[in-house]
Amino acid sequence: MEPLTWTGALGAFLNPALGLGVVILAIGIFAQIVLGFFTAPMTLQANADGTLQGREGLLGTVETVNKYLFLFVLVLVLAYLIGGIVTPYGTGGIIGEMSRQFLPVWVALLVTFGLSILYKRKLGLYGKLFDSTVGMIGFGIVMFWVFTALFVGLFDLIATHDYLSQVSGLKNKGPGIPVPEGTDGAIPHYLLGGDNLARDIFSRVVVGSTFVIAIAPLATVFAFMVGITLGLPAGYYGGKLDTFLSFVANLILAFPVILLFYLLVTPEIVLTGIPSYMAAFLFIFPLIFFGVLLNSRYYTQPAKRNAILIPVLGILGWLYLSVVNQKGTVIDFLPEWFDLFDISILVVFVSVVFVNAPTVFRIVRGLTLDLRTRDYVAAAQTRGEGAWYIMLWEILPNARGPLIVDFCLRIGYTTILLGTLGFFGLGLSSESPDWGTTINEGRKLLLIFAHPALPPAVALLSLVLGLNLLADGLREESLKD
Amino acid sequence: MGLFILRRLGVMLLTALCLTFIVFWLTNLGPNLEKLAKTQGNARMTDDAVVSWLENRGYSQPLPVKYGQWLGVLPGYVIDGSDGETRARCQEPGQPLDEVSTFCGILQGDWGFSTVFKDEVGSIVATRLGLTGKLMFWVMMVMVPGALIIGVLAGMREGSRTDRTLSTVSIVSTATPEYVSGVVFISVFATATFGMQWFKGTATAAMDDATFENFFLPVITIALYGMGYIARMTRASMTEVMTAQYIRTARLKGVSFPKIVLKHALRNALIAPFTVIMLQFPWLLNGVVIVETLFNYKGFGWVLVQAAGNNDIELLLGVSVVSVFVVLITQLISDIGYVFLNPRIRIS
Repeated sequence: MEPLTWTGALGAFLNPALGLGVVILAIGIFAQIVLGFFTAPMTLQANADGTLQGREGLLGTVETVNKYLFLFVLVLVLAYLIGGIVTPYGTGGIIGEMSRQFLPVWVALLVTFGLSILYKRKLGLYGKLFDSTVGMIGFGIVMFWVFTALFVGLFDLIATHDYLSQVSGLKNKGPGIPVPEGTDGAIPHYLLGGDNLARDIFSRVVVGSTFVIAIAPLATVFAFMVGITLGLPAGYYGGKLDTFLSFVANLILAFPVILLFYLLVTPEIVLTGIPSYMAAFLFIFPLIFFGVLLNSRYYTQPAKRNAILIPVLGILGWLYLSVVNQKGTVIDFLPEWFDLFDISILVVFVSVVFVNAPTVFRIVRGLTLDLRTRDYVAAAQTRGEGAWYIMLWEILPNARGPLIVDFCLRIGYTTILLGTLGFFGLGLSSESPDWGTTINEGRKLLLIFAHPALPPAVALLSLVLGLNLLADGLREESLKD
Repeated sequence: MGLFILRRLGVMLLTALCLTFIVFWLTNLGPNLEKLAKTQGNARMTDDAVVSWLENRGYSQPLPVKYGQWLGVLPGYVIDGSDGETRARCQEPGQPLDEVSTFCGILQGDWGFSTVFKDEVGSIVATRLGLTGKLMFWVMMVMVPGALIIGVLAGMREGSRTDRTLSTVSIVSTATPEYVSGVVFISVFATATFGMQWFKGTATAAMDDATFENFFLPVITIALYGMGYIARMTRASMTEVMTAQYIRTARLKGVSFPKIVLKHALRNALIAPFTVIMLQFPWLLNGVVIVETLFNYKGFGWVLVQAAGNNDIELLLGVSVVSVFVVLITQLISDIGYVFLNPRIRIS
């Protein structure tokens, strides 16, 4: 087999075209910036027929040209991706083949966007997201990784080779290297080359996405449950409770995160059972949250409340016991048949929740302090509603805007934290395909072989960037309300 | 004002005590001590040997007693070991036992002895902190002006093309953690992969002799991550100021736009970023640990990793005390500075 080049046969005419397009576009943008300094800013003017008056003069022409040039470059980029899918194997080069591997993701993305844009007026805040370009780009990037993780994790698609199997002779080989005859794998090449143990980098990066997509949102949800359950009463009641909880939150926040990780996420600490106790403490908060949430709403109708509360708490309690109960740790009392699952990286999960919860607490407390002076809270108090009803059903829904935005940002931050843990080799095995660990493995030989560390770095960057853009779009759209 | 600062100092001291106690507790847990005994003594020690090794060196005393000794409020131990040797906490190497002082702890200025580096913790922390100080100084020199300029330019005309471009740049920079940007920078600018081998991929040489070539990449890697956040805060505060009544008045009076920005808006727009810059210090500490590991620059962050990786209790405690104080003092400065800078609070 021939090694693959980056763009393959398609590149023969696409590369010069793209190069030319990019160069002209760069000149155009430069000209536009320079002209922008010398032209007076023009406000938009409406014509009589309802259209808008375009910019005139040289600047206007440059702007129009730039717009079409940008579209041209975009079409060329798409041509690489689509060309790789429709042409026979190898024609599209590495980029084309990667695009072919991601085909299920492309289809899922198209369907999601098509349906969402079609029904965007009926979908509330989610639908409004599709009015903002930034939000759409962010959502696209995030969903790209979500779908990748789903297809890899559930259907075993996308990844081309086993992410752990080592193929002799491919150690540290560059992108597009052919694998020897008779090696297992969907395609006969390592698309992004081999790492220092001769494993396929492309497959490792794709499989690594399942780790992040599974852990980061879940840990953030738990952090939010803890932060909300403690932040609401702290802000609403104030007083000693607030002083105490704020002191504890500031205490945790004053710890440099890395020091905390180095102290908490070690095999020795796991031996002492501290992570298990912390899990038992932190994961009880969703139970309290949902229990209080439902009880405060339905306590006037005991029959209905019991009908709702008992199954909800039953299922959550079961999940809680299964998560907390780990074989071979200090908390190990459940019979085997009752224990649903064991989480092997409980300590990573717990410490990420632990680091995030105080910040959420502070945000919720601040929002509550602001919202508790509102008229609808006074109205509810006059009606004689309970304190928890007011907090959870009056204040919390009105604080949702900033909380949703922070939720997106915080998933990104959690992703960064997980990467940090991997980067320092804390809590995760060195074989783990998660991006932090892969970057850490790659950086050791970075000055000699740069290609193993770059793909996971770019993947992590793109996911966090997508989440940030999504949060930005959401903030913009929720402010418009 | 005086009372406010006193109260803050009190809370700060309490926080510092709590935090050091937590670090003390975590590092003195059974399995950690066992690991310490095995790395310091003999990897194949029996359990009995581990117990007696720990007992002879005072590690088996109750936790509050050990903490008190470390602080210097309780007299240091003097133990007649089971191996016949008498050890005292405050004994300098080679010092006869009857001359040993009773108290030796933080309060007496004695930070203890590092088991990894075989040196006084105080001197290790001081030298390493100096190296990190150099790094931080240049980070600040790059980050603060860069962030403020980006923020002011973006917030000057909200919604303009400059604003959108610069806002995107700052979002990208906040979304790039140091271990990603560092890896990308090294592979692009320090290897031959992309044909742009302009800088050095390690900063070890920069410890003695920092040049642009070997120091630029670590500095820019830390600076970029913090820059985006400060720039966004500056932008937000700038846009808010630009819509204020007094700016409109100035515009209506016919003051030129550059003059409005520089003379009227800028000073008020910089109050909020000041607190943000101060609160960035704890985050920079993270960046320092990552970048020093990545670029092999043996400063404070590198020591933190070494101390934590080897469970070097007293060094780790020294490192945590310093970092916790950095965090708390910057918080205090940011609070006081905010009060001083903001005329509305200062006068009332």
